[in-house]
Amino acid sequence: MRLINRKPGRSWRISLAILPFALLLIAYLAGSAARLADNPQDKLLPSVVQMADAVERMAFSEDPRSGRYLFWDDTAASLKRLGMGLAIAAVAGLSLGLLSGTLPLFGTSLSPLLTVVSMIPPLAILPVLFIVFGLDELSKVMLIVIGITPVIARDIEQRAREIPVELLIKAQTLGANTWTLILRVVLPQLLPRLLIALQLALGSAWLFLIAAEAIAATDGLGYRIFLVRRYLAMDVILPYVAWITLLAWLMDYGLKRLTRAAFPWYDGGRA
Amino acid sequence: MSFIQVRNVWQEYGDQTVLEGLRLNIEEGEFCALVGASGCGKSTFLRLLLGQERPSRGQILLDGQPLAAEPDASRGVVFQRYSVLPHLSVLDNVALGLELPRAPLLGRLFGHAKAEARAQAAALLHRVGLDHALDKYPSQLSGGMQQRLAIAQALIMKPRMLLLDEPFGALDPGIRKDMHALLLELWQETRLTVLMVTHDLSEGFTLGTRLLVFDKVRHDPQAPSAYGARITYDIPLNLDRHATREAVAALPAHVTERLKTA
Ligand SMILES: Nc1ncnc2c1ncn2[C@@H]1O[C@H](COP(=O)(O)OP(=O)(O)OP(=O)(O)O)[C@@H](O)[C@H]1O
Ligand SMILES: [Mg+2]
Repeated sequence: MRLINRKPGRSWRISLAILPFALLLIAYLAGSAARLADNPQDKLLPSVVQMADAVERMAFSEDPRSGRYLFWDDTAASLKRLGMGLAIAAVAGLSLGLLSGTLPLFGTSLSPLLTVVSMIPPLAILPVLFIVFGLDELSKVMLIVIGITPVIARDIEQRAREIPVELLIKAQTLGANTWTLILRVVLPQLLPRLLIALQLALGSAWLFLIAAEAIAATDGLGYRIFLVRRYLAMDVILPYVAWITLLAWLMDYGLKRLTRAAFPWYDGGRA
Repeated sequence: MSFIQVRNVWQEYGDQTVLEGLRLNIEEGEFCALVGASGCGKSTFLRLLLGQERPSRGQILLDGQPLAAEPDASRGVVFQRYSVLPHLSVLDNVALGLELPRAPLLGRLFGHAKAEARAQAAALLHRVGLDHALDKYPSQLSGGMQQRLAIAQALIMKPRMLLLDEPFGALDPGIRKDMHALLLELWQETRLTVLMVTHDLSEGFTLGTRLLVFDKVRHDPQAPSAYGARITYDIPLNLDRHATREAVAALPAHVTERLKTA
């Protein structure tokens, strides 16, 4: 049978999916054990026990100085920034993309602007954000917003243009005005696309969050990682990275499930 | 005065002329079948009547008034594809036409008004045989069911004019027959004016009261797009069958051979 026609069976599929993770884990454990046998003070590849200790220290015991549980404080601070950034970007991106993609009069001036703005590397204007919005929460949220809004807006604009013109004509023959046409025909068809656009923008959003926290913050997952880097505390950094990865994956999965549950008519989401 | 008056209408896209010098009067309640070779401008003509495009030259009058330059609720349409809204259930697709005109701010009705609109929509869907599929989404329907839905959706508006662009082109012959019966029934009930594009000459005969043949009269071998199509034959079908058959037999071969004959 040709390779292209061979598909793994049900039980094989799970094993094949787990395999690369297992291999990476084994490679890490072997490497870590070898280095620690060589030099017990080695910091580069901490053992599972060392990392468990670090997690215990960060997440399940009070910080001696502040009396807080740093791990959960960091998580809460980061998620708050990320959530606000994503929410604002979703609303802004949806509004801009919808206007630009549906109303030719808006699109003519908005579309080129969005194209150019989306080319600005957001990190390059991070200093500008710090100067304009100060060093506190606002500038970090704004970095996420500025970083992903143009991408979402352009995606939504594109999707709005892809709605067959027949449907827009049809809605007008059913008595829609511009506003109700947007409200009842265009917007509902773009909402699942928005969730997918958000899903794709999650990676960038995390990137901008960590970058902003690394440069100017007093808490947050990114802040902590860059703080303990000074002590080469890989036993803290690695669990933090794993935690961030898990959070990102959960959000991705949640958005996917939400798309399917909320828009059962949407075929693209099923693929 | 005729219901629809087409006065010397030309449609040009760049240097391509699609329609030239169209002159036509259509009375209220007529059922016109439009036939012609592929690409000769039948859909273009429907788009002009719908108000989706403006003619490059000439004028279309509706009841003696210039045609509104954008689609509105007085003109219903069924396209060959993309005629129903994929995100609404069958019932909502039809009820939408009752909600939109009455709710210019929110686009939806609530409470009693909503229940009434849905009941009215359900009654019409019952007429087209979709009462068992009210809660389904269009993607869960067969092609024939989707077109029946599209027809119900257009009829709920009680339009004065119904434009059909190859509405049954993708359906198999058996279902097509059912659809013909349904459409004739609804047309006889409402007496609305129908213009239907079809590639199937026999479909035109079964349904229409009048057959309009689009064809190019002038040809320039150097510039195939220099000349557009006109209405070359205008055959009334509601006369006695004998006269009709003679008129159709007189159609030149190059017109009939492109169409599937009965
Ligand atoms: N918006 C447009 N811009 C440029 N050319 C167009 C446009 N719309 C239609 N045409 C051209 O007009 C011609 C007629 O198109 P139309 O769709 O009206 O043909 P038709 O008779 O409906 O054909 P078919 O039977 O295949 O559907 C085609 O050659 C097409 O390329
Ligand atoms: Mg056509």
